[in-house]
Amino acid sequence: MRALRTLLAAGTMAAALLAAPALTPATAEENVPTPPPQNWSFNGIFGSYDLAAAQRGLQVYAEVCSNCHSLNLLHYRDLAGIGLTPAQVKAFASQFTVPQGLDDQGNPKDGPATPADKFRSPFPNEKAARAANNGALPPDLSLIVNAREGHADYIDAILNGYADPPAGFKMQDGMNYNKYFPGHQIAMPQPLHDGQVTYTDGTPTNISQMAHDVVTFLEWAANPEMVERKQMGIRVVLFLVFMTGLTYAVKRKIWSNVH
Amino acid sequence: MAGLTKSDFKNPVVNWIDTRLPIFTMLQKEYGVFPTPRNFNYLWNFGALAMVNLVIMIATGIFLAMNYQPNTLLAFDSVQRIMRDVNFGWLIRYVHQNGASMFFIVTYIHIFRGMYYGSYKAPRELLWMLGVVILLLMMATAFMGYVLPWGQMSYWGATVITNLFSAFPWIGPKIVTLLWGGFAVDQPTLNRFFSLHYLLPFVLVGVIFLHIAALHITGSNNPLGIDVKTPQDTLPFHPYYTIKDSVGICVYLIVFAIFVFFYPNMLGDPNNFIPANPLQTPADIVPEWYFLPYYAILRSVPNKLLGVCLMFASILVLLVLPWLDTSRVRSARFRPIYRQLIWLWVLAVVLLGVCGANKPEGIWVVLSRVATLYYFLHFLVILPLLGKIERPLPLPESISRAVTGKGGGPLPTGAAATMEKP
Ligand code: HEC
Ligand code: HEM
Repeated sequence: MRALRTLLAAGTMAAALLAAPALTPATAEENVPTPPPQNWSFNGIFGSYDLAAAQRGLQVYAEVCSNCHSLNLLHYRDLAGIGLTPAQVKAFASQFTVPQGLDDQGNPKDGPATPADKFRSPFPNEKAARAANNGALPPDLSLIVNAREGHADYIDAILNGYADPPAGFKMQDGMNYNKYFPGHQIAMPQPLHDGQVTYTDGTPTNISQMAHDVVTFLEWAANPEMVERKQMGIRVVLFLVFMTGLTYAVKRKIWSNVH
Repeated sequence: MAGLTKSDFKNPVVNWIDTRLPIFTMLQKEYGVFPTPRNFNYLWNFGALAMVNLVIMIATGIFLAMNYQPNTLLAFDSVQRIMRDVNFGWLIRYVHQNGASMFFIVTYIHIFRGMYYGSYKAPRELLWMLGVVILLLMMATAFMGYVLPWGQMSYWGATVITNLFSAFPWIGPKIVTLLWGGFAVDQPTLNRFFSLHYLLPFVLVGVIFLHIAALHITGSNNPLGIDVKTPQDTLPFHPYYTIKDSVGICVYLIVFAIFVFFYPNMLGDPNNFIPANPLQTPADIVPEWYFLPYYAILRSVPNKLLGVCLMFASILVLLVLPWLDTSRVRSARFRPIYRQLIWLWVLAVVLLGVCGANKPEGIWVVLSRVATLYYFLHFLVILPLLGKIERPLPLPESISRAVTGKGGGPLPTGAAATMEKP
């Protein structure tokens, strides 16, 4: 019993150590509200991606965000992961013109993208991106959901968080007020407006719906392995629980003659 | 003394090998019949768990290295390629990444076990000191590994930590230049860190071998902290402790799997999903959770050199722990005061961890100073004095008597009851 208590105490210590970073106030930024938690399809250990939402999100990305933001870690072929058929992937890719090496004369040549190509970047380099955005750099969105404290909830909150600055709040030139952005001044102009895209499945296109869809898509873009990972995890953990039971039973049996 | 071994193994192939190279006899002696105290609790699993963990780190690391590019322009994307395009790359990488955290969880509990039951006391001082060397090597390995994915926290963590050495007068800046291979954290730094990150785990294997070799000379301590006196006090390692360790390994793997499959980034920093950018300092530079207590000690004093010295001292003090603790009684179970105070020390360490995660402002400065003070007070003042004033509880006559209430041969006469060597 005493051994058990010691073990528990040690466990608590480990837990406390683990909790330590979690206790940190995420960004100790003054009066930025915590993004409201959403009920995402990918939450929880059984969560998976709402593929319809992710596909709508792809549409929002392609029609809106891709004007400024790259998605450098993705290839068109990866879209099979949100349920596009090979024909759909091919058709989607072929809308975009991307660099395709050199022609026979040695000049750089462009052509329609194939599934093997990387997502097209809106700007050739950082300078060009900044020049087009008032000096600000639109970050690559491939990992953006993982790269921000608050994750999907935060990205969703940013997209929904545009408002008029409170009276007396001094805005810098070319900046936009956002309730959830640290410091409240974001260089990105409000990207989403009601009715901006037309969904083929008849889903209403208000800001919060489009934000929800594009965040689902971006969560997938950052963690494309998630569904496979969680499904494997459930099987692995069940197997290990079974093994623990079995091993413990054998242990009891072996030790029965010495206690 | 040359000569063939007389092998008792029946299998002719095994026998043939064993006669010429007695590894089977050795394994049989050290892991088969090896006499082990019969009263271990589950805290004695953690050494075996650390070994398993090291093997997992090396196995996953080798596969990562096959796809990783130690080049500042390629490193970040090459890790993402592992995550996305290499078969089961995400699994290998998440196991390696969370494996580092598991390694520290396991090792810290293992160290705590040693402190609670006085495993560092004679005759196990050297065994304990080798353990401290292992801890230092692990820390160096993990630190350099964290630099490899070349995210923002990799880069700035490396910058802050390597810069600490510059606090030492005269020699400091030279050390820093040597670590960097230049005048900032850059390509040469990444290259040498990769090389060393690959090397140090194998150095660890060597030191762990010595650690185990020393253990097999002194024999294991046990929850009562008294010496093994008769064969009745022991059980053969196999099957009793092979099976008990197996139970622990299964539970450990469950915890590990929960991290890897369900919360793979919980212990990581979001900033490391942003590629390293020397021109943009993140708002907070925090090390991995397992370094937070040292980080808090470092920042608890305004003077950089003093902070660095205290930080190193906080680990080096463990080397002399066997001589700081003046009590002859090993196990906290028979030390009524130490038994309480060790938890206060644990509390100080946890508190330091929390302080390390917060900006050194306001209350956190005060708390980290108090905790740092207590950390050192515990080793440098409390332990030396406590051994003199504390009245230990009466020790049981023997392990077997304490465990089974019967058996156990008569106590050997004379105070210095040494370890029985069957
Ligand atoms: C007109 C160009 C433009 C468009 C269109 C645009 N963005 Fe941005 N975005 C920016 C710029 C510029 C920034 C950098 C803002 C800053 O650092 O202040 C940014 C920043 C962001 C950030 C990072 C915020 C942070 O916490 O640092 C996210 C997330 C984001 N955009 C998402 C989107 C999404 C999703 C869309 C499509 C619905 C979109 N953006 C459309 C220009 C744009
Ligand atoms: C003591 C054992 C080890 C520890 C504690 C350790 C720790 C770490 C850590 C903390 C990281 C950063 C993880 C991340 O955030 O991505 C890392 C990365 C890496 N390690 Fe190790 N490691 C160990 C052994 C090894 C070995 C033996 C190898 C090679 C044979 C190796 C190869 C790599 C590579 C290539 C990376 C970069 C890829 C990545 O970041 O995932 N490691 N290691």
